[in-house]
Amino acid sequence: MIEAILTYEFLQNAFGAGLIIGVIAPLLGVFIVVRRLSLIADALSHVTLAGIAGSLYLSQSVAAFAALNPLFLGIAASVGGSVLIERLRSLYKHYEELAIPIILSAGIGFGAIFISLAQGFSNDLFGYLFGSVSAVSREDFLIVSAIALVVLGFIIVFFKELFVLSFDDEYAKASGLPAKWVHFMFMIVTALVIAGSMRIVGILLVSSLMTIPVAAAMRVSKSFKQTIILSIVFGEASVIAGLISAFYFNLAPGGTIVVTSIGLLLLVLIYKKIAVNMKRGAIA
Amino acid sequence: MDAPLIEIKDISFDYEETKALDNISMKVQKGDFLAILGPNGSGKSTLLKIMLGLIKPTKGSIKLFGVDSKNFKNREWIGYVSQKSNSFNSGFPATVEEVVAGGLAKKAGLFRRMPKNKDECVLEALTAVGMENFLKRSISELSGGQQQRVFIARALVSKPKMLILDEPTVGIDHQNVQAFYDMLAALNSKQDITLVMVTHDVDTVTDRISHVACLNQTIHFHGFKEQFQTLSDEERASWYGHSVRKIHHAGGAH
Repeated sequence: MIEAILTYEFLQNAFGAGLIIGVIAPLLGVFIVVRRLSLIADALSHVTLAGIAGSLYLSQSVAAFAALNPLFLGIAASVGGSVLIERLRSLYKHYEELAIPIILSAGIGFGAIFISLAQGFSNDLFGYLFGSVSAVSREDFLIVSAIALVVLGFIIVFFKELFVLSFDDEYAKASGLPAKWVHFMFMIVTALVIAGSMRIVGILLVSSLMTIPVAAAMRVSKSFKQTIILSIVFGEASVIAGLISAFYFNLAPGGTIVVTSIGLLLLVLIYKKIAVNMKRGAIA
Repeated sequence: MDAPLIEIKDISFDYEETKALDNISMKVQKGDFLAILGPNGSGKSTLLKIMLGLIKPTKGSIKLFGVDSKNFKNREWIGYVSQKSNSFNSGFPATVEEVVAGGLAKKAGLFRRMPKNKDECVLEALTAVGMENFLKRSISELSGGQQQRVFIARALVSKPKMLILDEPTVGIDHQNVQAFYDMLAALNSKQDITLVMVTHDVDTVTDRISHVACLNQTIHFHGFKEQFQTLSDEERASWYGHSVRKIHHAGGAH
């Protein structure tokens, strides 16, 4: 495997981008899960689909889009979707969750129209939906690297504000932290990670890489920092195992990565159950 | 004489068509332990939110530490403890130490790291509320009363001059409520922290406080607790909206 990675550029791109996503998706996912925003990741991934499908359609009919990486329009749609979600959440203050189905349906609706206009699914589109080992270009890898720098910079600089906001948003506002501003930037960064991750995991499965490793980590960690570290460990393990199996068995990496992460989650749940039973037995 | 820590002048607040507060004026002086009393829906929490800058009044002005609240920058001087059940995410994977350290975020400032003496500050704040042995425990494993003590430690860690508490004893059993108020009284008398608290525990808290404000959309009474204690049940009922009577039991009045 290592020899193949050293030989083929597409494998270097896929594994390079995969290793980066294995860090940033669960890292941001911890904040998404504890803030109970998991469904927003799903809504944004579907909006990204509309951007990608739109770009693929335009590339057939408008010469200027032929050379454009569809990832750019996907990123633009995702960021635009995050802004719209926030706008809708403030408009429906007592029904904030309404923003999610509205934006999710809009994403699928526009996506379906563009896919129809582009006369159905192409291999490219399948790759965007479920991920692809072979389709990650050097440009994709560089875009994912740039997104990772933005995400890491944001988390490092605003870690304490994000922590307080995630734990107790009313307290964050009362203590004078710029809660609204930090939350807005958080949404933009989330949109970037979703758009960046889809080349590897696929649009339909990107939110699972942000939530399943976190779900596993939360069962066994004792502190917030430990939750972050374990989420990244589980995320990386899922990406590495998923990419290797996708390469050898010619499968969509989105599927193998997510199934691996579900397997890890099950192992953690079983471990936790045994540990609790042993503790109870020792006390009795 | 120092400027009042809170000076509210002619404040009104409307929730869309409903009037929540009507023309309220009051002052909180340094060293006060003020209990704000009132029936459900009387505007107590709204008044606290205005004091904290979480919402803006429809009319009127508010000064904090002598400065117009719009220009008041030293928010770390005011610690806030909300109703536990309304606020924090109860399954949150964090230790007591991490939660309390969060109280230093504003004081540290944007784009800056936590202070170097963070660990000492956290331990000191937890010691002040008798929770120093719970440093590494998960916040979700603690009882309601213990969690509220941790939240007071979070408010204390930035060394505030004033604490604002919104029904802090919700979900705490009676035995622990007494100890909880004793701890607040000690913070007020020994650490000279001004306290403003919304509560329903009228008679339990009366021994510990210095001032009472009775609120039902407008201020019906604001003065020393001794004056409040001379009010008859009928006078209390006139602003409370229904009869208020004292129930005595072994643990004290309730």
